[in-house]
This record gives sequence, C-alpha cells and structure tokens, in this order.
Amino acid sequence: MSEISGAPVTETTATGPRRDSSAGSPPLLEVSGITKSFGHGRRRLTALDGVDVRLERGETLGLVGESGCGKSTLARVVLGLERPDAGTVRFDGTDPFTLKGKELLAWRRRVQMVFQDPFASLNARMSAADLIGEPWRTHRDIAPTAKDRERRVRELLSLVGLRDSDAHRYPNEFSGGQRQRIGIARALALDPDLIVCDEPVSALDLSVQAQVLNVLSELRERLGVSYVFISHDLSVVRHVSDRVTVMYLGKVIEHGLTEDVFDRPLHPYTAALMSAAPTLDVSGETRDEEIQLRGEIPSPFDIPSGCRFRTRCWKSEAQCAEHAPLAITRGGAADPGREPHEALCHFPLGTGPRGA
Amino acid sequence: MTDPADRSSGDTTPEATSVATPEAASPRTRPPRWWLLLGRDRGAAVAAVILGLVFLIALVGRLFIGDRAIRQDLKASLRPPSFDHGFYGLLGTDVLGRSVLARLIEAAGTTLYVAVPAVLCSLLIGSALGMWAGYHGGWRENIAMRTADVILSFPSLLIAVVVLYVFSPSALNIVLILAVARIPVYLRTARAESAELRSRLFVDAARTFGTPSRNIIYRHILPIALPTLLTVATLDFCFVMLTESSLSFLGIGIQPPDVSWGLMVAQGRQYLQTAWWIAVLPGIAIVLTTVSATVLAAWVRLATDPAQRWRLTLPKKRRGARAAVSPEVIA
Amino acid sequence: MKPSTLPAPAAAEGAALEVEGLRVELRTPSGTVRAVDDVSFSVRKGRTLALLGESGCGKSMTALSIAGLLDPVAEVTEGSVRVSGTDVLRLSPAGRRKLAGPGLSIVFQDALTALNPVQPVGRQLAEPFRIHRGLSRREAKEKAIELMTRVGIPEPRLRARSYPHQFSGGMRQRLLIAMAVALDPDVLIADEPTTALDVTVQAQIMRLLRDLQTERDMAIVLITHDLAVVAQRADDVVVMYAGNVVETGPVHEVFAHPRHPYTKGLLDSVPEHAVRGRPLPAVPGSPPELSAVPSGCVFQARCPLAQERCAQERPHLVSVGASRSAACHFSEELDRV
Repeated sequence: MSEISGAPVTETTATGPRRDSSAGSPPLLEVSGITKSFGHGRRRLTALDGVDVRLERGETLGLVGESGCGKSTLARVVLGLERPDAGTVRFDGTDPFTLKGKELLAWRRRVQMVFQDPFASLNARMSAADLIGEPWRTHRDIAPTAKDRERRVRELLSLVGLRDSDAHRYPNEFSGGQRQRIGIARALALDPDLIVCDEPVSALDLSVQAQVLNVLSELRERLGVSYVFISHDLSVVRHVSDRVTVMYLGKVIEHGLTEDVFDRPLHPYTAALMSAAPTLDVSGETRDEEIQLRGEIPSPFDIPSGCRFRTRCWKSEAQCAEHAPLAITRGGAADPGREPHEALCHFPLGTGPRGA
Repeated sequence: MTDPADRSSGDTTPEATSVATPEAASPRTRPPRWWLLLGRDRGAAVAAVILGLVFLIALVGRLFIGDRAIRQDLKASLRPPSFDHGFYGLLGTDVLGRSVLARLIEAAGTTLYVAVPAVLCSLLIGSALGMWAGYHGGWRENIAMRTADVILSFPSLLIAVVVLYVFSPSALNIVLILAVARIPVYLRTARAESAELRSRLFVDAARTFGTPSRNIIYRHILPIALPTLLTVATLDFCFVMLTESSLSFLGIGIQPPDVSWGLMVAQGRQYLQTAWWIAVLPGIAIVLTTVSATVLAAWVRLATDPAQRWRLTLPKKRRGARAAVSPEVIA
Repeated sequence: MKPSTLPAPAAAEGAALEVEGLRVELRTPSGTVRAVDDVSFSVRKGRTLALLGESGCGKSMTALSIAGLLDPVAEVTEGSVRVSGTDVLRLSPAGRRKLAGPGLSIVFQDALTALNPVQPVGRQLAEPFRIHRGLSRREAKEKAIELMTRVGIPEPRLRARSYPHQFSGGMRQRLLIAMAVALDPDVLIADEPTTALDVTVQAQIMRLLRDLQTERDMAIVLITHDLAVVAQRADDVVVMYAGNVVETGPVHEVFAHPRHPYTKGLLDSVPEHAVRGRPLPAVPGSPPELSAVPSGCVFQARCPLAQERCAQERPHLVSVGASRSAACHFSEELDRV
C-alpha cells in the first residue's frame, strides 16, 4: 500500500468544518518546541526534542511512532504529568504549567487520559463505581450528593456500554475490554474537552478492540470531545484520525492529513513504517515495494548527528549526517488549495527518483 | 467470579489470565462478609480467637485476680504446674510462691499496654513519613531516609539505656523510646512501597484528575501498602516485647512489683533448670500472641485484596498451587 | 476421538507435526474445565500453520501441551501429538528431552524472561550443542557464534559475552530464535514471536523466520492473535474460539471467504477494511468463561446467525471445500451472505 498514487484528494470523509484550520479561533491544543530529557550527564536521555503539535477542536490527532519515539512522554507533558524542560503547551490559549490552585483544577477537568493497560490503570481495590466516581472526590461540585454520583455513574456506564449492575464489581471481575470501558467512563466523568488516549486498544483482543474504538468515536459524535490518539497500530490510527503526526526518536518527522500521510508519505521512515505493517491483503503476492529498514532505533542516549533517521535510511547521503533537515511543506501557504503536509527530510519521497 | 486456577497458572500461560474474565460472569453484588471468610480459614480463625482472648485478659483480667500476682507465699515456693492447688496453682508458682497464672494475667495487661502503643506509634509515624517521602521523592525522601539511617545507626538498646537512666523508667518513657527506635523499620518499608506505587498508572490517572497528593497517598498508596506494613508491625510486636523484657532485665524497664511477660522470662531464666514453667510459660504467651498476630496479618493481606480474596474460599491445599514450569524450558 | 494405539509409521503424508483430538483440562476450584477441546491439525515440513485466536481461546495451551510445558494444573486428557511420527505424549520424560531441540522447539513471546538473565548469551546458545551433540565447550561456542551470525547479530564474537538485558528487544528475539533453531528442529513453535516488538522490527523478525524455514525445511506453528501477521506469513490457518477449532484451511481462502461467523466477524472488525467515520462492525460481547462454555455451539452467544439448533447441538468440524473445514451449522448460508 506504499504507493496508491493518484488517490483522489476527495474530502468525502471530511467531517464538516473541522478541516478549516486557518479559522480565527486558536487551536484547542498547541504544543510548541517541547523538549524533555531525563537523567544527568552522559546518561541523559532525550525523550522529546523540540516537538510541535497542533490539535483543532473536535478533531482526532493520531500520534504514530515506535517505542522510544517519545509519544508517551508527549502525552504525559500534555496531561501535565511531566514538566517540559523547554517549550510551551497552550491549551485553548492558556499554558497549564503557569496555573495554580483553583485554575489548575479547572484546567484538569478539561483534559483527561485513557491509559494503555486497562488493568494497571485501575486500582484493583476499588469497585467500578468508585473508580468512575474517583474524579468527583476532588471535584466535589460536579456530583455533590451520593444520589447524584450514583445517577452519573449509571449514565456513564450506559454511555460506554456497561450495565448498571456492573457498578459494584471489581476490576478483576471484568474482561480487558470492559476494564477499558471503565477507564473511558472515568475519563469522561469530568466532561473533558480533550482526551489523550495512550494505546487504548493495544492490550485488547481484536473483536473487543473494535467495540472500544466504536465507543470512542461515538463519544466524539455525541459529546464533541477531541482526541489525541497514540498508537503503534497504523490501521487503527488511520481509521480514527483526522490528522496524523509521525514521531521518531523524540522529533516530529511528518505531519499532515491522514490521507496525505498514509497515501503520499514524504518521509522515508513513514513510508517504511507503512510498508512494514502487515496487511490483511491475501491476494497471494507479497508486496513488491516492501521496504526493509536496517537495524533498530538508535538508543535515545546516543542520538545520531544530523538527521536522526539516517542510520536506517536507504536514501541517506553525506549531507544527512552533517545537517539536521529543515521542514519541507506541501500544500498550506505554498499551495492554498491543500492542507499543509510537512516533513523533516533532505530527500523527501515523491520528489525525485525513488531509491531502491 | 474470577477463575482462580487460571490466575494461579496465569504466570506461565499468558492467555489463561484472561480466560477468567468474561462477560457472562454472574453479577456478584458484594464481596463476602469478612467473618464468613475468616470462618473458612481455620488458622486465621484460631489466631483471631487467641488474640481476642489475650486482649480480653489484658483488659479485664486484673479485676479477677486481686492481689494474687504479688502476694508472696514462701511455703508455696516453686510449685510445679498441677491440679492440686486450685485454679491459681494450675501453672505452678515462682520462687516467691506467687501464682504464675495470676502473674501471666497481670503481665498480659502491662505487656500490651507497652507493646501496643509502641508499635502503633511507630507504625503510624513511620508509615506516614515513609509514604510521604516515597511519593514525593527528592529532598523530602532524602531527609526522611537520612533521619532513619541516623536512628538505625545507634543500637536501640543503647539509646534506651541512656534515656531511661536520665529520665525515670516509666511505662510511658519505655513506649516512647521503643516507638522512636522502631520508626525506621516502617519508614523504609513504606517508602519502598510508595516509591514503587507512585509510578503506577492508576496514580497517574488520579493525578490527571487533579487529586491532591495527600488524597492519592490515602486512597491509592495506603490501602496497598497497609497489609505489608501490618505484617511488619506484627513481627515488630514480638521484637518490642523482647526489647522491653531486656530493658526490664537490666532493671530500667518495667519496675517490680509491676510485671510483664518479658520481665517474667527474664526473672525466670535463672530457674530454667529447676523450675522451667516460670520462664517458659510467659515465653509461650509471647510466641502465641505474635504468631497469632502474624497469621491474622497474612489473612488480612489476602482478605483486603479483591483479586486475591477468592483464595480464601478454597481448601487450604490449593492455595499454594502456584506451580512453575518444568525446568527444561527451551531446547 | 480415540488416539490410535500404534504410532503412525514415520510421517505418513510428510507431516512433521500431527495433532489429533487434543483435549486439555484445567483443574480449577469450581471444577474441571476444558481449555482445549478436540483440536486436530497437521503441518508439513516447510509450511507455516497459524493458530489464530483471541486470548483465552486455548491456542497457547495447545502449543504448550505440544511442547510438554503445560502447567501442572493443566493436563492432556485425550489425543495424540506426533512429531515426525513419534507420539510425544507417550514418551518418557527422558525421551521427551531427547526430542526437545532436534525434534521440536519453541520461541516464546517474552524474550527477556525466556533467557537466563545471569548467563552470557553465548553460553546459553552453546548449551543445546553441549547437551544434545556432546560437543566440547570450545566447539559449542564456535557453533553458537555461527548461529548468532546467522540470525543477524552484529559482532557476534564480542556480543556472545553480553547478558540478555544488554540486547534490544529485537536482538533478544533473534537470540531466542537462534536458540530454537540451533539443532535444526523439524517443528518450530513460535508463540506470539513478534507481539512485543515494533512494526519495523517485527517485519525483520518475520523475515528471518521465513528465511530460516526455507533454509532448514522446518514446519512452523505460528501462534498469534494478529490477523495481518497470519495473512502475510502463514500458509494455513486454524481459527480457535473458546478451546475449539471453528475453522481451518489455507489462509488465502479462509480470509477471502470465511465460512465461520467468528472468522468473518474478526476479519470485519479490522479497521483496515472499514470506512473511516463509520462504526466498525464489531463482534458483540466477549468470549465465554471456560467454566461456562455453552453446550451447543461455542460461539452462539455472539453469533448473528444463531438459531435454536445452535443452542442444542454443537456443530462438528466438517469439510466445506478442498482442505477446508468449518464448525458451523450455517456455513453454507454464510457464504451466500
């Protein structure tokens, strides 16, 4: 599927006004120049290195990358669980790291998270009702009385497709998919604007995964929440996202509309990622264009000079080791008819003759 | 209902763990009542009964024995346990002819008055500090841990001796000394647990709701760390009783005519060859109490964990059936 | 299905592994449950068979019972497993050990726990040669280094002295594979070999397995829950659900025209096939608890085609075409839908 060239740029699946990003109001989430590293001295691990991410209201942003690319750290920064070394996070125009007390608490309500492991993210000693209602113990005004809480728990349970009788059961009595539904209900308890989903379905079985994905997209329609959707499963990301950001070793290397990134990748890494992901195509022939990368992701303690992907890239030349590539843009300002599609590469794909 | 065998075998067969967690599970309303669970576990039930008795005797025993614990009767000196001398002669007499049974009852009160507050104090202070330090890390952790190191680096008996020589050896002082000396034990345990739990996802989740740290500690860390801390506390109970007895032996602990189990052991030691019952019986009392406390703590650990609670509903044999894979794993 | 009393004379149709009527029971406090129920399949040399299913469907249990690594609470109660004609379930422990390696070996999912953390990997790789071939320490070490080169570990001579935690996930998986193929097994069982790995590394590992397979003419049993991996890498597939085989056949046929509603449901719920913005056609509910597997068809509770008959009568695996079979009363109808 690496080259389905000539795919029409139709916007049939476009979801209404979400697409005009150039509209006046600020984006819901704007992350710029975030840098975050852990450790000291020689054992310094750079998890994020000048990351920019934008998310429009009501949209879903897919965040793709292999382990160690920094996508989970980015999620934790957006959630305010980690403080970045440099750069700013703007949520609806305000920087959450400057907030304190009541304001911080008010911001907390607007951004919530669904975790990857539905077992580890639920305290096994609390019943489903306690788990879902936990946020209200801090935000008391949402459901001040026991009766309110009970009613809201029932609402949330039915919203994520669980039964009323499930309220008094404990996590170990639920299957993985049901536990994840509890996690989603808990994230919804504060009625947030943005939910960061960190690999929400990768611990689930396929038939259950589809159910959870459906719950998530239904909630988007009904409640208008936006998602940052982190996953390593490209087919899942492709299904849920409006835009996709691809990360590699702490940097955003490609960003654009889902169709653009998936069908016309600019960065060699994106192309390799798409090509490596096995597909259900059983036509018999293996794909002739399968790109095989050499080696594995370099250690984040020791990042290559210049372009970080050069050690595995089949197009790399001397230039790649010397200079870090600048962003190249298709569409956007240069080509007003198309949405911007950016990549960080000296030799983007689809421009010159493609390397073997 | 979770399927226990799958859990126990789950370690080796990854898929078996979720075999047990299906939709069709009957909606169980409430976890079984704790006393029903306790009834199922004979060991824990016996332990609970023994502990209950000890506490009951400690509380009300004195009302019945009158002055028999201190009344001397040199004619009755060193009588072995027998049925010939009435109820109070059942367990024999000591060298001054005092009834050992009466003294045991009297000492139960003193022992528990010293050991329970001492253990509770160090448990409360040590755990609170430890969880706080472990959760926050950084300088708070450093201060707490260095303080613990300082306390630990002095032999606790030595401090006790010094302090009790300077101040008068009263029960309150003994309690305070023992409490301070044992704080590091809980502090370290609590810190380790809390530092580990801090990185758990459900703690992260709680942070995303804006939950204040003290509430996170109380809600997510304490319930999980508590069973471990309780187990440590029950073991420490034994240690505290023995320390108290050595202090008493040195003459700076419990002062006669008061009596504690430790003191009885200490006093009876010189008669061990001629009159074993003077030292051995209070020794048995100490052992029985601590073992019961330990057994009960182990039971509490299981009973408070929803994922483990089912184990208590099994016949005893199965519980340890956590079998490993045969050693010849890979070719 | 009774296991035949005589071991089949050496690999009748060239099958390297033949599993027949395998039944595994688990002892639980609420009674004995059947984790694997009447599972049969066979693999020829040079072919890859995928055991496909969700967690708890019994696929790993099947693999472990083939390898003789079942947990003591589980027990094979019926059936036979023949590796190149020898019924391994009837072998003595010593005979089994002799077979483990040259006959059959297994690659686990979690390479970090499957390798001994306190031994250099070179030593661990040399072990099979010393045990089975009686090679000297030096010869075995040379063999180990040769193997490491073969599975693509850079600077093998140097790396042989490293410990497992000093390797990346992909490299560890390569080591496990090296260990598994050390003695040229006839059958290689790969239990979710790439689940813990990144996509680009996963592709490398799968390619390595395929190359080794061609080179050494092994039969591979690939245990996985990933449909795409099956589609790309396997020749035949056995779809399992709640301990039962619901469908088998060549991958390209099964995936193109599934004849069991569960297989169809799985295939449909892959986002790749779905239209963006529309709900995915999910299979409702979740698999039954093993202690509560219904007496009729195991899939009835979640099946869109379920009728009264499905509740009463468990469908048998019947042939639905050349080398294909499915266990559904309505597999004909499914094809027409």
